[in-house]
Amino acid sequence: MEINTTTTSRIRVANLNDIDLRGARTVRIRNIEVALFRLGDGSVRALENRCPHKGGRLSEGMICGSAVHCPLHDWKIDLSTGQVREPDTGCMTAFPTEIDSESGAVYIVI
Amino acid sequence: MNHIKKLVLVGNGMAGIRTLEHLLKIAPGVCDITVFGAEPHPNYNRIMLSSVLAGGAGLQDIVINDWSWYEENHIRLYTGDPVTEIDTDKRQVTSRSGVCVPYDLLLLATGSNAFILPLPGANKEGVIGFRDIRDCETMMETAKTHKKAAVIGGGLLGLEAARGLLNLGMDVTVIHIHEHIMDRQLDEAASLMLRRELEEQGMNFLVNKRTAAITGRRRVEGLKFADGSELEADLIVMAVGIIPDIELAVSAGIPVNRGIIVNDYMETGIPGIYAVGECAEHRGITYGLVAPLYEQGGVLAQRLAGMETPGYSGSVISTRLKVSGVDVFSAGCYKDESGTRSLRYQDEIGGVYKKIVIKEEKLIGAVLFGDTSDGAKLFSLIKNGESVLGREKELLLGLTPGQSEANGSMMLEQMPDDEIVCGCNGVSKGDIGEAVAAGCRSLGEIKACTKASASCGGCKPLVEGLLQLYAGAETGEPVKEGICGCTTLDREAIIGGIREMGLKSVKEAMNVLGWSEPEGCTKCRPALNYYLGMVWPLDYEDEKESRFTNERYHANIQKDGTYSVVPRIYGGVTSPADLKKIAAVAEKYNVPLVKFTGGQRLDLLGVKKEDLPGIWSELDMPSGHAYGKTLRTVKTCVGNTFCRFGTQDAMGMGIRLEKAFERMNAPAKVKLAVSGCPRNCAEATIKDLGVVAIDGGWGIYVGGNGGIKVRASELLCTVKTEDEVMEWTGAYLQYYREQANWGERTAHWVERVGLESIKQALANAETRQELVGRIEETLSTTTDPWREIIHDKELLKNFVQLPELNSVTE
Repeated sequence: MEINTTTTSRIRVANLNDIDLRGARTVRIRNIEVALFRLGDGSVRALENRCPHKGGRLSEGMICGSAVHCPLHDWKIDLSTGQVREPDTGCMTAFPTEIDSESGAVYIVI
Repeated sequence: MNHIKKLVLVGNGMAGIRTLEHLLKIAPGVCDITVFGAEPHPNYNRIMLSSVLAGGAGLQDIVINDWSWYEENHIRLYTGDPVTEIDTDKRQVTSRSGVCVPYDLLLLATGSNAFILPLPGANKEGVIGFRDIRDCETMMETAKTHKKAAVIGGGLLGLEAARGLLNLGMDVTVIHIHEHIMDRQLDEAASLMLRRELEEQGMNFLVNKRTAAITGRRRVEGLKFADGSELEADLIVMAVGIIPDIELAVSAGIPVNRGIIVNDYMETGIPGIYAVGECAEHRGITYGLVAPLYEQGGVLAQRLAGMETPGYSGSVISTRLKVSGVDVFSAGCYKDESGTRSLRYQDEIGGVYKKIVIKEEKLIGAVLFGDTSDGAKLFSLIKNGESVLGREKELLLGLTPGQSEANGSMMLEQMPDDEIVCGCNGVSKGDIGEAVAAGCRSLGEIKACTKASASCGGCKPLVEGLLQLYAGAETGEPVKEGICGCTTLDREAIIGGIREMGLKSVKEAMNVLGWSEPEGCTKCRPALNYYLGMVWPLDYEDEKESRFTNERYHANIQKDGTYSVVPRIYGGVTSPADLKKIAAVAEKYNVPLVKFTGGQRLDLLGVKKEDLPGIWSELDMPSGHAYGKTLRTVKTCVGNTFCRFGTQDAMGMGIRLEKAFERMNAPAKVKLAVSGCPRNCAEATIKDLGVVAIDGGWGIYVGGNGGIKVRASELLCTVKTEDEVMEWTGAYLQYYREQANWGERTAHWVERVGLESIKQALANAETRQELVGRIEETLSTTTDPWREIIHDKELLKNFVQLPELNSVTE
């Protein structure tokens, strides 16, 4: 399948019960490793699975509220925006997610 | 209309970049900035090079501003491309590669070069200075193939280089032209103590030696001295001093002397051109240390921003030797001269020497050896020049907080705002005041906001003092520091709350105890999880999402996202069958590196996360817990089983301890060791708990640490039987589990509460029995995490990636 950069696609990546509460799973889409996080409130966020600092895998980090702490050097990254919280700086790509409330299917838009 | 000025900085080192940082902070956007650096790196912390050599830091760790910093601040950066020409008429600079940039303001921060003695043979391969990353790399490379190193110069830099070379496994001889090493900072007594200490670490010294020539063909082979004697050497490090790099300034016709001559505003003799740092000469002095450079940078930044500033009036300097295991501090005038009075304290047994020099009621100098904790405070007194009349003895014998609280806070009040408190990150007293005004209320918050005390931590007491000073006065009461930024409660209050209110989960504890962040942070979540487990060993269900990665995946996460696997090998004793099994698994999974750990275990490194469960199940061995805040290893020597000196069965004792306490959660990692005789081959006296056999019994030593700050353990008690070793160890470990802060190693805990208080608590046999009962109860609930995961689908799923399913393209 040919995909150019202007097209977006909606991909079913998981079912809600694949991801533990305050846990994460990963999926590889078009050579990008994406981390799916399930927050304490049950919602799901998706980020490229790399810390902007030294490339740590965010999926392995601790989820606190709406942010994840990188497991390598404890940088704190907002899960909705991909923005690094102060005093550090930087930004990661965040992907929109959708959840089918009936089936529990999790989609990401990329 | 405001004209945006073109600023060109020549020199991408600490002085120039510090000036830019300051400028960007006080006047963002007033300049269009271009930086030229001769080295191929972004800006790094040169004073940390000795830590790189000593193995405490990697080259990456000492970068102050990485590439993205330049980008974010819209700074054009040319690295590996020094400026070779300044045209002061056309106001432009040209680099080696031909880049030509016009300037309105030109800032020279070219630093200095190592002074290479003009000896015959000094140009041979293997003769270097100790100035930059390249020199460090040369030393590390040379150490792989060569053995003998000579360092010419027994000053600060030479000793740091020599210590680094020792760490790299070389035989090191330091050659010094005078009788006493570090004679520009230390008096005779301190110098002798330092030399003795370094000799014990394995350094050799040749003093009163003048080098006459360097021998060898293409590569250096040795040194010849003026007295006719010789020394073999494969590597020679010249550390006899630095010379300001003024070549460029000279060719551009900028007035120089030893350095580029500047006035109190760092202006050179040519309008629009400034110089700062080691290349600059101010009032006849060139500086080679970090503090003056920060002070100069601060003045210059204000000048460039067009702000009023009183100008730079020179620096009083202090030095600290950054060599592991040796604490040396020197500031101001340390020699006895006419009109001065000095006081000394010398404790040869404890290895402590202190000297303070007083002139007309004022402190003008200090030398500290062995205990430098008062260095920063004494230095501050030297700089502010207040009368110390009547306080001399107190200054000499220790300014520990509490003893002289009033004086301490007065001293902090009088400290000028632009004084640098944190030398590693260039944070001034004023910066900390601003951070507190902006709402910082704990050391952690100040660290996060300003980076003060985020590197070596030496300034922590000062930063804490300033926090008290600013925030204490504002709120009218001392600031209470919680365990993290999410709460103001300390450990005692939290554990009290958990017990009294019967709190049984992390979430409940946060709700009831009024956390400001609803889900906490990486500091309080694991701490609460630990405290809850410690208070309710039987009913608390461990919360894996509140544990660090290592403890959630039961393997050690490495920097590239792979993990390492360490199976448990009790007491370090294994069998051919187990070794074969480990070897077979390592081969099957293409494990890239197999290594013995520091604690006599086998480490399979570089394992992909998805391979972990497979490896665990094929090994079919329990987890070595080499990743958690838990009991790690019990190191042993061979003991009386084979050794002709062994007095007891060290292996048996070690295995018994490890089997009893494996999987024990603790506030921090815990390491044990058992030595079969006082020769102590298992190095039991730098462990959290070490057992050393004596004829007819065992000595139990506690509070040791072989990590960043080496601490020898202290004798807790001497007992006769193995059962008694088990009882005391269990009681001690449980007491530590119950009393220490989360994250606090035993060495720090013992220092904080004092060994006497622990001895007292454990003296009563009944109390010991109760403690042992509680630790046994806790241990009774533990299971092997590897076994648990490989048998549980829900846990296993987290080790594999999700498959990518159908996608709809829009």
